[in-house]
Amino acid sequence: MKNNVLSGALLGLGLATTLDEVVFHQLLHWHHFYDKSTPAVGLVSDGILHAASFFAAVAALFLLASLRRQGTFQARPWWGALLVAAGAFQLYDGTVQHKLMRLHQIRYGVDLTAYDWSWNIVAVLLIVAGTVLLARFRRAVVA
Amino acid sequence: MAAAGAYAMGVERLRRRGVDWPPSRSLAWYAGVAVAAAAGLGHHHDFRAHLSAHLLLGMAAPILLVLARPVTLLLRALPVGPARRVAHVLRTPFMTHPLTAAVLDAGGLWLLYTTDLYAQAMARPWLHTLVQVHMLLAGYLLTAAIIGRDPAPHRPGPLTRGLVFLAFVAAHGILAKYLYGHPPPGANPGDAQIMYYGGDLLHLVVIVLFFRRVSAVAGGEPGRHASRYPDPAVADRPGQRWHVRGRLGR
Repeated sequence: MKNNVLSGALLGLGLATTLDEVVFHQLLHWHHFYDKSTPAVGLVSDGILHAASFFAAVAALFLLASLRRQGTFQARPWWGALLVAAGAFQLYDGTVQHKLMRLHQIRYGVDLTAYDWSWNIVAVLLIVAGTVLLARFRRAVVA
Repeated sequence: MAAAGAYAMGVERLRRRGVDWPPSRSLAWYAGVAVAAAAGLGHHHDFRAHLSAHLLLGMAAPILLVLARPVTLLLRALPVGPARRVAHVLRTPFMTHPLTAAVLDAGGLWLLYTTDLYAQAMARPWLHTLVQVHMLLAGYLLTAAIIGRDPAPHRPGPLTRGLVFLAFVAAHGILAKYLYGHPPPGANPGDAQIMYYGGDLLHLVVIVLFFRRVSAVAGGEPGRHASRYPDPAVADRPGQRWHVRGRLGR
C-alpha cells in the first residue's frame, strides 16, 4: 500500500510537469520558455522542481516495476495518489508559480481570468478524484 | 587515439591471461572516445555549435566512458605493485565524491558562461582547449561518482548521490534559462534551449541508469561490496574467469 501510493504520487508529479512542458510550452507555445520578468527565486525554484520531477518519474517507474514483480501492485491507491499529486502540482503551478512568483503566464496577450480559473479548477477536480479513490480503497481495506 | 589504444592494450592483456572482458564495455569506450574527439575537434565560434559540443564532451562522452569501467580494467591489467598504487590514489576521499565533481562541473560552467571567460576562450585556442579538457574531465568525474561501477572506496550511498545529481541538474537548467535571458555577445537567445533540452535528455539517461542500479541493489543483487572494496592483489589471478554480466552498466 505505502509503495503503491509513493509510486503513484511520484509519477503524478513527473507526469504533470512533463505534460505541462510538452503541451503548453512545446505544442501550443502558450507558455514562454523564460519570460524576462521572472525573479531569481522563481528561476531557482523552477530549476529544482524541474530536476526533481525527472527523478520522481524515473523512480516511480522503477518502483512500479518492482511492485508488479512482487505481485503487490494495487491499482486504486496507485491511481488515487497519481491524481492527487498531479492535481497538487497543477494547483501549485497555477497559484504560486504563475501568480505569486510570476514565472510565466498561461498565455500571453489575452485576458487571463478564464484561463487561470479553468487551470485551477481542473487541478482541484484531479485532487478530489484522487482523494475519492484513496478513501474508497481505505474503506474497502478496513471493511 | 592514446585513450583507445591504452584500453585495447588492457583488454588484450586480460585476454592473454584468460580473463574475459565484456565486448560491450570496449564498445562503450571506443564510442565515448569517438564522441569526445568529434566534439573536441572543432573550434566553434557559433554559440549553437559550441553548446552542442559542450553537451557531447561534458555528458554524452562521459556516460559512455564510465560504462566502459576503465579503472576496473586498469586495476586488473596492471601488475600488482602499480595496481596497488592506483588503488591508493582512489582512496583519496574527496576525489571520487560526487560533491567535488558537481562543484567542479557546475562551477566551471557558471564561470564559463557568466564571466567573460567564454569570450576569452573563443579568442585564445589554448584556453579553449583547456576549457574543453576541463568539461570532459569534470563530466567524467561527476558521471562516475553518480552511476560509476568502478571501484571507489569512498562512494557515498544512493541518497547522497541522488541529491547531488539533482542539485547539478537544477543548476544546469537554471544556467541554461539564465543564458536564454542573457546570451553571450553574438549569440541568439534561443541557442540556450539546446543546452536546456539536450541537457535534460542526457541527464535523464544518467537518472535511469542511477535508479536501475539502486533498484537492482534494493532487489538484493549481490556484488555491491565486491565492487566497492577492490583488492587488486586477489582481484583476478591468471586463469581465473571473471564473472561477466551481459548488459552494459550493470
